[in-house]
Amino acid sequence: MTPADALAGALDLIGKEQYHEVGEFPVERGYIWTSCSSVENGNPLFWDDEVAEALTGGPIAPPSMVSVWFRPHHWAPGRTEEALPLQVHFDLKERFGLPEAVMTDNTIEFHTPVRMGDVLRTHQVLRSVSDEKTTKLGTGRFWVIDVVYMNQDSELVAVESYTGFGYRRAEGSGS
Amino acid sequence: MTVAVAPRLLLGDVAVGDALPLLDYEVSATTVVLGALATRDWRPMHHDKDFAVYRNGTQDIFLNTPNQAAWFERYLTDWTGPHGRLARVTFRMKGSVFPGDMMSLRGQVESTAVDEVGCGFATVAVTLSVAGDAKTTCAARIALPTSADDNPWVRRGDEWWPSPPSP
Repeated sequence: MTPADALAGALDLIGKEQYHEVGEFPVERGYIWTSCSSVENGNPLFWDDEVAEALTGGPIAPPSMVSVWFRPHHWAPGRTEEALPLQVHFDLKERFGLPEAVMTDNTIEFHTPVRMGDVLRTHQVLRSVSDEKTTKLGTGRFWVIDVVYMNQDSELVAVESYTGFGYRRAEGSGS
Repeated sequence: MTVAVAPRLLLGDVAVGDALPLLDYEVSATTVVLGALATRDWRPMHHDKDFAVYRNGTQDIFLNTPNQAAWFERYLTDWTGPHGRLARVTFRMKGSVFPGDMMSLRGQVESTAVDEVGCGFATVAVTLSVAGDAKTTCAARIALPTSADDNPWVRRGDEWWPSPPSP
């Protein structure tokens, strides 16, 4: 693939939904309590059913947990290979032949709250790919990928946007 | 029967420049491992010190990003109380947090506003630092009630705009 073909192919993917996945288990309170416990989060919304009923019409999950519901089990029967979260990012590294990559920032926008028993779905959308740029890390391209989370009723739950920089180290940088 | 829950913090109680209460927390190996498992992150650099040191070249295992997100959420809602509804967060990772570190979370209100559909928001700049060195920054937008009987959580669809409209 020539560099021009690589770029044209990437630009063609912009805005297209890729890698539809369904969470491996329904949202449940045990994980919510483990998460709150790990950061000593005493918000009564997650511990007191009366407060949850009054404010959110029943228990919800902490918004910041949205990606937790998609991390695959460490092992599952019959599974032969593990899907990588943010597969579009790894596809772009390969497409452009860029061996290194960093995530420069990560934004999450929260919509409909996540409730017990929800089975969430996700897909990835490439939003942009930059021209070649040189930074102190090396030469490569920036890209923005959205991970879109929906619930079983097709309500938008969250959109997570990652800015990645795939690059090749400058020759002779020695690091 | 549904109980009445009074808001702890109203939008009108908040002014630009207000500092949120400081949170200091001494990170242990348990903090890192518990945080990784609570976020279903099984990667070895968050529980296996040998892997972290010899394969990743870091000084020890370190806090993973999703668990840091949970720390930021807890920090913000400790301040707002349960009526505070997180709308949008942007993280920038600058360095790692290791067992033995005393991490400090500090926040400052950068703006307040009521949007076109009547929802009150504060934007807060939060920094997680160790010994004065910023490790992660978080720009957060969180909805706050505008009156004692307002509740941002009841907003749905067109009544909920987690990002401000583009100019």
